[in-house]
Amino acid sequence: MSSPVLEIRDLTVSYQTEQGRLPALRDISLVVPEGEIVGIVGESGCGKSTLISAVIRLLSPNARIDGGSIRFKGDDLLGLAPERMRSLRGDEISTVFQDPMTSLSPVLTIGRQMADVQHRNDISRSARNARSQRMLERVGIPDTDAQLGRYPHQLSGGMLQRVAIAMALMAEPSLLIADEPTTALDATLEVQIIRLLQALQRDVGCSILFVSHHLGVIAELCDAVVVMYAGEVVESGATHDVLRHPRHPYTRRLLECDPARIAERTRVLPVIAGSLPDLGSLPGGCIFRERCLQRFARCAAQRPSLSGGSHRVACHLPEAVA
Amino acid sequence: MSVSPPPGTVLRVTAALKRDPLGMAGFVLVGLILLATVCAPWLAPHDPLEVDVTNRLSGPSAQHWLGTDQLGRDMLSRVLFGGQVALKVSLIAISTSMAIGIALGMIAGFGPRWLDRALLVSFDTVRSFPTIMFALAIVALIGPSLNTVIGVIIVTSIPVYARVVRTQTQALRERDFILAERAMGASTFRILRDHVFPNIAPPLFILASMDVPAVIGMEAGLSFLGLGVSPPTPSWGSILNDGYSYLRNSPWPIIAGGLPLIAVTLGFTFFGEALRDIFDPRLRRKDA
Repeated sequence: MSSPVLEIRDLTVSYQTEQGRLPALRDISLVVPEGEIVGIVGESGCGKSTLISAVIRLLSPNARIDGGSIRFKGDDLLGLAPERMRSLRGDEISTVFQDPMTSLSPVLTIGRQMADVQHRNDISRSARNARSQRMLERVGIPDTDAQLGRYPHQLSGGMLQRVAIAMALMAEPSLLIADEPTTALDATLEVQIIRLLQALQRDVGCSILFVSHHLGVIAELCDAVVVMYAGEVVESGATHDVLRHPRHPYTRRLLECDPARIAERTRVLPVIAGSLPDLGSLPGGCIFRERCLQRFARCAAQRPSLSGGSHRVACHLPEAVA
Repeated sequence: MSVSPPPGTVLRVTAALKRDPLGMAGFVLVGLILLATVCAPWLAPHDPLEVDVTNRLSGPSAQHWLGTDQLGRDMLSRVLFGGQVALKVSLIAISTSMAIGIALGMIAGFGPRWLDRALLVSFDTVRSFPTIMFALAIVALIGPSLNTVIGVIIVTSIPVYARVVRTQTQALRERDFILAERAMGASTFRILRDHVFPNIAPPLFILASMDVPAVIGMEAGLSFLGLGVSPPTPSWGSILNDGYSYLRNSPWPIIAGGLPLIAVTLGFTFFGEALRDIFDPRLRRKDA
């Protein structure tokens, strides 16, 4: 295995709120090897966005990192000076956000914003525009010359997400963070964007940390997958291992609930009964216990730790550990 | 700092003005006043300082269209040159206070909370003084002059702009594209200059346009009280003051000094309101 681009170890982040301290992430560990696409999957509120914000060190002011480390190519990101961190963002680590309609400034042209991203390159405006055009061509946008003069509201959502991807890849980063980049798009566009990301990843050779709650997309795109639940990693491993042979009851239930897997017509869609535990008063033991159909005495007594070789799982069930 | 206006802004403004007769009237009025004051040296029929004691406080005549004042000076010429003072004061005062107000407002809106609080307290402190009292105090300290007037107006106007900018910046700072810029490695200065400023600029120009008559009125008021320009330089305020002293003898100086004030106030107000209607985001369509 090649050396990891991103290595997160035991990351713990909490938010200070009026209800007290909410531990949003607890002991998160994950590795993004060079040239691989790692997916993070989990339902809303499981801490995916907090995790991304922590990696690019843009957590909201009321968040605090309580422990753990984030290493990027060997450097500890949490220990970097703010100026050093800023020089990494957009250059070595780029991010594509969920909603392309709101992640571009409404009052500046596409060309101006793409030229702005190149603020580190000391080249002329026309050279920047030429680079922007080449990049737009690479993401499959037609008539690139005209697009540079357009404003975001004149482009469709799919086009804008391509622009956002082009901007993120402009500096040929080592790590691309994609925060649900297809959630705001319709299904056809989703497939197109996924194919585009795959092709570009091979081209540029970057690693991708891909966040989604869509299992189909993860299965299609990712080499490895990390399943998160209520701020913890419950299972991680190679995509085909985790999705074909899920060991954690949560992963299994999640897969059963994927509408793409339901063969027959039904009026009753499967659900995972219950809801996420309140972060303010977490139960002891396993966090998934209250919604788990297979819980037993030990689940309440002891918190299972993430263990195993390449396919790791946090569960006490004998078949999970096996 | 260049703000590229959305495509067709000029077209949009002219088209909207055609549909808005009051705005058009304001636009024309503002244009005429600007033209007249800028061209005052060529338009004025007399030297505004030329004294003609044999022809004091006369009514309008072929030689003096707006009559003469207590020293026989031509009122029309004095009004035109007085416009230069008014324009100079409002241009310098508004552009300076707007620039400082934008900077302070963005710092308050984007910076840490303690800085925001500190700046707000200072804005409120300045605003809590009645302007005239503040002006009297400053004049008592450093003496009356046009620069004092400009200084007083700048200091008292900064909080007005800063507060608007601060509120708009705060609304913007949580927006996704600002976060996206940060994630792209943009510095705070770059974000403020390239992304916050262009987003908050349009309403500021409307505010500035509406502010012109207020500033001109303030200059006239201070000059009327003798706190502004020193005689014999003509200013609309000092013209009114002179006219006030001789109101029993002739109404013409008051009329001549008051008309341009009324015209400027109406013109800029109508024009500003038309601009606001054009740029108001609630009326703004996506395809516009």
